[in-house]
Amino acid sequence: MKSKSIAIVGAAETTKLGVIPDMSEIMLHADAALNAMTDAGLKPSDIDGVATAGMWPTDLAHYLGITPTWADGTMVGGCSFMLHVRHAAAAINDGLCNTVLITHGESGRSRVAAAGFPGGGRQSLLAQFEQPYGIMGPPTMFTIPALRYLKKYNVHLDRLANVAVIQREWASRNPRATNRELITLDDVYKSRVIAWPFHKLMCCLVTDGGGALILTKAERAKDMPQKPVYIMGTGESVESPMISQMEDFTTSKAFRVSAKKAFGEAGISHADVDHLMIYDAFAHLPLYGLEDLGFCKPGEAGDFIWERNTAPGGKLPVNTNGGGLSYMHSGMYGMYALQESVRQVRGTAAAQVPDVKLSVCHGVGGMFAASGTIIMSNEAP
Amino acid sequence: MSKQPKFSPAATPETQHYWDGTKRGELLIQQCDACASYYFPPRPFCPKCASRKVTAKKVSGKATLYSYVISHQLRAGQEPFAIAVVELAEGPRMMSNIIGCPQTPEALQLDMPLEVAFEEWDENITLPKFRPAKA
Ligand SMILES: [Zn+2]
Repeated sequence: MKSKSIAIVGAAETTKLGVIPDMSEIMLHADAALNAMTDAGLKPSDIDGVATAGMWPTDLAHYLGITPTWADGTMVGGCSFMLHVRHAAAAINDGLCNTVLITHGESGRSRVAAAGFPGGGRQSLLAQFEQPYGIMGPPTMFTIPALRYLKKYNVHLDRLANVAVIQREWASRNPRATNRELITLDDVYKSRVIAWPFHKLMCCLVTDGGGALILTKAERAKDMPQKPVYIMGTGESVESPMISQMEDFTTSKAFRVSAKKAFGEAGISHADVDHLMIYDAFAHLPLYGLEDLGFCKPGEAGDFIWERNTAPGGKLPVNTNGGGLSYMHSGMYGMYALQESVRQVRGTAAAQVPDVKLSVCHGVGGMFAASGTIIMSNEAP
Repeated sequence: MSKQPKFSPAATPETQHYWDGTKRGELLIQQCDACASYYFPPRPFCPKCASRKVTAKKVSGKATLYSYVISHQLRAGQEPFAIAVVELAEGPRMMSNIIGCPQTPEALQLDMPLEVAFEEWDENITLPKFRPAKA
């Protein structure tokens, strides 16, 4: 084992997922944290590092009775938790703390004491240069690049709609998924138009839930209750907080930079990857992810999915929990992608892929503004 | 497109010149004196080379349609309308609406030529919008 190795030793979601009107947002964080501590066989007094997004780490630490020597409140949207994992690994390796708790909780649907996203007010660049043109949240911003992608590579809209169909196949195997009934392309097109070319089934769910992870030194992980999940490589980057200012609408610079860093650190090739999570707030994201992470050539990801490579039984299973489109999406979905990668690497997923050794978990945040990539394995580095 | 309820964007010291320009019917885009690149949104330095020597130039107003969605997330009384990103002839892209044509995939073809048109939002803010260019 390499001297500076970190492992995930606790991982859990909230006891319930979906519609949870009887829990406030901070309690969703806490419910997931308590479940993760039980999973790891730890108590709050064993935790000396905390990280969270959507809430100050101070609020989290105090609510749970933790006195940390390290706190991280990095907030870059839905992939914040990937960045927390990366920062936590560095902090533990640098001796700033020993055992880090990362939490997410979001009352996305029920809105019980929900923080919401911080806005910049009427003088922000977004308020001046995008909001007056009629944007109404992510469904009318995150989706704008897709038409340019489809035109540049002459990709049929069916390839985009099909992402939802294939992911529902995974969700149908997962009792905790919000939507489990199989769907067809026709069902996707018959669902309401949200922002053409995006129909409702090509857009993520809006649900309540949370998740938490606990990380520590890999050498300690051997003596803990769960099979360690080793962190092999990590990456992060940011691009434009304004979708209109994204450098190229057919590829995400933040995806490319983050993934390259993580793959380089892990020293792996694409052929080594057994399982892949790509944060799918909308149906085009798995296409961008597969290409920007280097699994497909530009313009070919739609065919790759169409040919069932990412479907159950395919050579590269993707979004095996059903994804943000069918499993759950509270607003900042990255934590649930991380949870599914941990389950697949532990061998405990609902739709378990046989013999997963290496999983890549890729997140996006604030439209295409941010990205984080975490590579995990059940074999010690 | 029907009128939207009032939300009031407000200028900052760094963007005031831009909004003063649109009110006069001029689209002002900053150009770097050092490296000649145009950039958007406004800021008093060049994001390419960090030079503070920049000049707000009145640009041609010519653009092409880069990408869009047709929003069905509507406020009361609105019909579906395009939220677009246009590419100015000078290079920078900006979000806008496409006016003076049907808000349909058939009428809104990517790369179609556009020209700027100004629409008053409120007493302080006039928005640059784009319409199909005259042949
Ligand atoms: Zn310059």
